[in-house]
Amino acid sequence: MAATQSEISTAPAAAPAANPLFPFVLQLADTSLILAHRLSEWCGHGPVLEQDLALANIALDLLGEARSYYQYAAELEGRGRTEDDLAYLRSAVEYRNPLLVEQPNGDFAHTIVRQFLFDNFHYHLLKELQSGPDARLAAIAEKSVKEASYHLKWSSEWLIRLGDGTPESRQRLDKAIATLWRFAGELTTPTALETNLQELGLLPDYAALLPAMQAHAAHVLAEATVPLPAAPFAQQGGKSGRHSEHLGYLLAELQYLQRTYPGLTW
Amino acid sequence: MVTTSPPAPTEARIWQLLEEVSDPEVPVLSILDLGIVRAVAVDGEHITVTITPTYSGCPAMSAIATDIRLRLLAEGYRQVTIHNQISPAWTTDWMSQAGRSKLEAYGIAPPIDGTASGHVLNLFGQDTAVRCPLCKSAHTHLVSQFGSTACKALYQCDDCREPFDYFKCHA
Repeated sequence: MAATQSEISTAPAAAPAANPLFPFVLQLADTSLILAHRLSEWCGHGPVLEQDLALANIALDLLGEARSYYQYAAELEGRGRTEDDLAYLRSAVEYRNPLLVEQPNGDFAHTIVRQFLFDNFHYHLLKELQSGPDARLAAIAEKSVKEASYHLKWSSEWLIRLGDGTPESRQRLDKAIATLWRFAGELTTPTALETNLQELGLLPDYAALLPAMQAHAAHVLAEATVPLPAAPFAQQGGKSGRHSEHLGYLLAELQYLQRTYPGLTW
Repeated sequence: MVTTSPPAPTEARIWQLLEEVSDPEVPVLSILDLGIVRAVAVDGEHITVTITPTYSGCPAMSAIATDIRLRLLAEGYRQVTIHNQISPAWTTDWMSQAGRSKLEAYGIAPPIDGTASGHVLNLFGQDTAVRCPLCKSAHTHLVSQFGSTACKALYQCDDCREPFDYFKCHA
């Protein structure tokens, strides 16, 4: 305990510069955590039991992935913060998740479109990260991509069912696409941090992910009989800490336990 | 008063003890059947057990680490380090043949290697022909890729009509 206190008191002057990957790993962690929380809000409300379980399972995979990133981020930062501190004791403006994942669940179609847009990006990013130069990040990606492939298959099949389903499901799907497609661009638009990491060779070039992502989206939308949305204006800001109003409410619930009973551990 | 210290640990002995630690979610399987123990190292009194987590969010993993510690402690081994190694990533290919037989006898269809759901463009593809663990019929269908735990999918038998868990291939 004494040692920890002395480390904290000397930290501002003595701490080395955090590893340049730290903020990026934190961004990955925030992204998976926030989406996991959104999906877990479905628990007990899923349209049928099997899909209730699917949503909870996907939430659990993302939560486990988020923990792996937070643990690594805490080590990269090297200033004594733990995975719990990073997940539960930061404010909304410190979160680096893209805007898409904090969007409210809406109806099932809304959740499916959000999930499809994320899964398509997530799966292809993990595929690249697993052969990247940072061994720890590659190991987490190698593990997570297996799970992400199940997620993408699930959300792709649901997007097709809803699009090629009943007039009601189609109308809801169209509405969800009209609302959410604008958040897709942020996923692959690099921030200054990401551009820097790409130049250092620590992060794959997002532009290189686009052909595979676009091909998958085109295939799924064609199966769903839904026209490919025109490239819209991209809503951005989450990866730089400028969030929609929804994140604050989400964090109020997510962080309630840790802030009320400080010191709980994962 | 005489205190007896346990015999010095050997790797062989530790492997024997680990066979007695079961998966809390699938209790018929030992952690060796599951293939999550990668290595055992003994250095004097100090034991290091290296395990590989199954699914990222599997809540059984911390329980398993605790159970390993408790099982070794019961033998008097106090200096135990559990090392988590995430690469290479766990795969059901590491599951033992004994484990697969035990699973089926317990009512869970064992994984069929080479059928991982990694082909994301194979949408609505043919379901894997999974044998019903109860009546052994191959006439079954997938209900959901996501079952009662992260490692299982839900199937139903078209002959005996029973729903059952399939321990899905994870390669």
